Amino acid sequence: MEPVRVAGVGLTHFGRTPTRTGRELFAEAADRAFADANVDRSAVEELAVGNFMGVDAERQGHQGPILADAAGVQCPATRYESACASAGVAVRQAVRAIRAGEADVVLAGGTERMTNLDTPAVTDALAIAADELFEVRAGVTFPGAYALMAQTYFDAFGGDRTDLAHIASKNHENALVNEYAQYQREISVEEVLDAPMVASPLGLFDACPITDGASALVLVSESYAEEHDLNAPVTITGSGQGGDRAALAERIHIAQTPAATRAATAAYDDAGVGPEDVDVAEVHDCFTIAEVLAIESLGFYEPGDGIGAARRGETTADGQRPINLSGGLKAKGHPVGATGGSQIAEMTRLLRGDHPNSDHVPDATVGVTHNAGGTVASAVVHVLEVDR
Amino acid sequence: MTDDRDSAGETALSSEHGSYEEWLDAIANGEGYYLESPAGYGSLPPRRVCPHTGSPALTHKPLPETGTIVSVSVVHVAAPGFADDVPYATAIVDFGPVRVSGIVRGRDPEAVETGQQVQIGVETRETTDDRLVVFRPVEDS
Repeated sequence: MEPVRVAGVGLTHFGRTPTRTGRELFAEAADRAFADANVDRSAVEELAVGNFMGVDAERQGHQGPILADAAGVQCPATRYESACASAGVAVRQAVRAIRAGEADVVLAGGTERMTNLDTPAVTDALAIAADELFEVRAGVTFPGAYALMAQTYFDAFGGDRTDLAHIASKNHENALVNEYAQYQREISVEEVLDAPMVASPLGLFDACPITDGASALVLVSESYAEEHDLNAPVTITGSGQGGDRAALAERIHIAQTPAATRAATAAYDDAGVGPEDVDVAEVHDCFTIAEVLAIESLGFYEPGDGIGAARRGETTADGQRPINLSGGLKAKGHPVGATGGSQIAEMTRLLRGDHPNSDHVPDATVGVTHNAGGTVASAVVHVLEVDR
Repeated sequence: MTDDRDSAGETALSSEHGSYEEWLDAIANGEGYYLESPAGYGSLPPRRVCPHTGSPALTHKPLPETGTIVSVSVVHVAAPGFADDVPYATAIVDFGPVRVSGIVRGRDPEAVETGQQVQIGVETRETTDDRLVVFRPVEDS
C-alpha cells in the first residue's frame, strides 16, 4: 500500500467575505497549496472536495467540475457531502485513491460560502444536516441538539458551563497568532458565561461562528514525492470513518459519540499507534461541548473525564496534549464544507514547524484530526506523522 | 418525495408501517405506535426494515402513554420556521423501546427538567400551521 504524503497545504483567511464565491475561495486555497507543494497543477489526477450548502447559498450543485476549473486542474472531480465532515470525507477518499495506486497526485480540500445568507437562512441551511422528520420538524435546532448533548453530559458525568467556557477561552487564545483565524482576539471565561443564551446550557460564545473559507491539500504518493524530490515530511498514516444514527434521540447514549470512537479506532489501527502516542490534535469544536466529546472518543480521556481538561490546563497550548492550537472551529472559524481539510492543513503546519503555534509542540511527531458531521452521525479521523 | 396526506385514511396506512404523517395522525388519535423487530429493537415509521438488524418482520406496538424526559434545552434562537415559538423547551423523551424529540408545552420552559413524566400529542407551531410532536407534563410529575 502506497503511503500518502502531504506535499502542500493552502488556506484562505477564514472570516466574512460575503461577495466572494465558493469557487474564488477554493481557487485561492489551491494556489497556495500548489505553491507550498512545489507541484505543478497539471500533475493532478483527481479532485476530491467537500462542500455542504452550496446548493442553498449559491444555487450551485455539481461543484466538482466548477472547483476543478477554478483550481485549474483537468481531471475527474467529485464533491463530497457529509455535513460538517464533508472535507474530512473528501480527504479520506483522496487518501484511499493514492493508497490503492489509482492516483499519485490528488487535490483535496473543501470550500464554503455562508455569510452571503443572513443568520436565519444559515440556521435553516445547517438544520438540514439533522433528521428532517424527527428533529427539524420537531423543533430541534443544531445548537439545540448540542445543548441536549451537553445537558445529558452534565446529568450523567457532572461538569458545568464554566468548564465549557474554559474551552472557548483556550481556543480563542490559540487563535491570537493564527493569521488565518476569523477571531484573533481573546475572550475571558466570564465573557463566555455572560453571553446571551442560544440553547441552554450553551450561550453565544459556546458556538463557532458563521464563516466563509476554503482549504486545499496537495496529496501525493510517497514514490511520487521521492521521484520529484519533494520536501514533504508529513505522512497521513491513518484514516478512519465512523457512522451512527442521524437523529440524536436514537443514539445509545446522548452524550457520547461512538461514530468518532469507531473512526479513531480505525485510524489508530491503520497507523499502528494508540491515543497515548498522540502529541497534538485538532478536533471538531463546533460547540464547546463537542471538544469534550471529541477528546473522549479519541481515547485521550475516559467518558466523563474530558469536561475539565481545558480548565485543568491539560489541553491548553502549554498543556500535556494541546487541543486546537489553530483556534479550532470556535475561534479559527467553521466554513462547514472546508473544515476537515483545514484541520489537516493546520496539523501539517504544526508538525512541520511552520505554524505560529509550532513552538508549543517542538517535539511532536504524531498529530490527529477529528472532523464530525451533524451531531456526530458521521466522523472522520486522520493520523499524521512527521519525519524527524 | 412527500406524503400525500389527502389519500391517508383514518385507519388504512399508505404503506405497511405508515408514513411519518400517518404516525402523527395516529398519535393525534390517541393511537400512537412504534415498530418492534424480532430482536426487540424499537423504531419509528416510515420504516421498511429494522435499522439495527435489517429485519423486515416489524410489528406495531402501542406507544406507552407516558414517557420520561431524558434531556431538555430551552431554545432562544430558532430556525425561521420556529421564530415565534421561542423560547421553547426542546426535549428528548424516553418511551422505553423508543426515544422521541419534541417540544414541551404546558409548563414554563425554564421549569422543564430531566426526569419529568410527559404525555405525547400533536399540536401546531406558533409560527406556522405545521404539525409537530408536543409533550405535556403528566399532572403532579
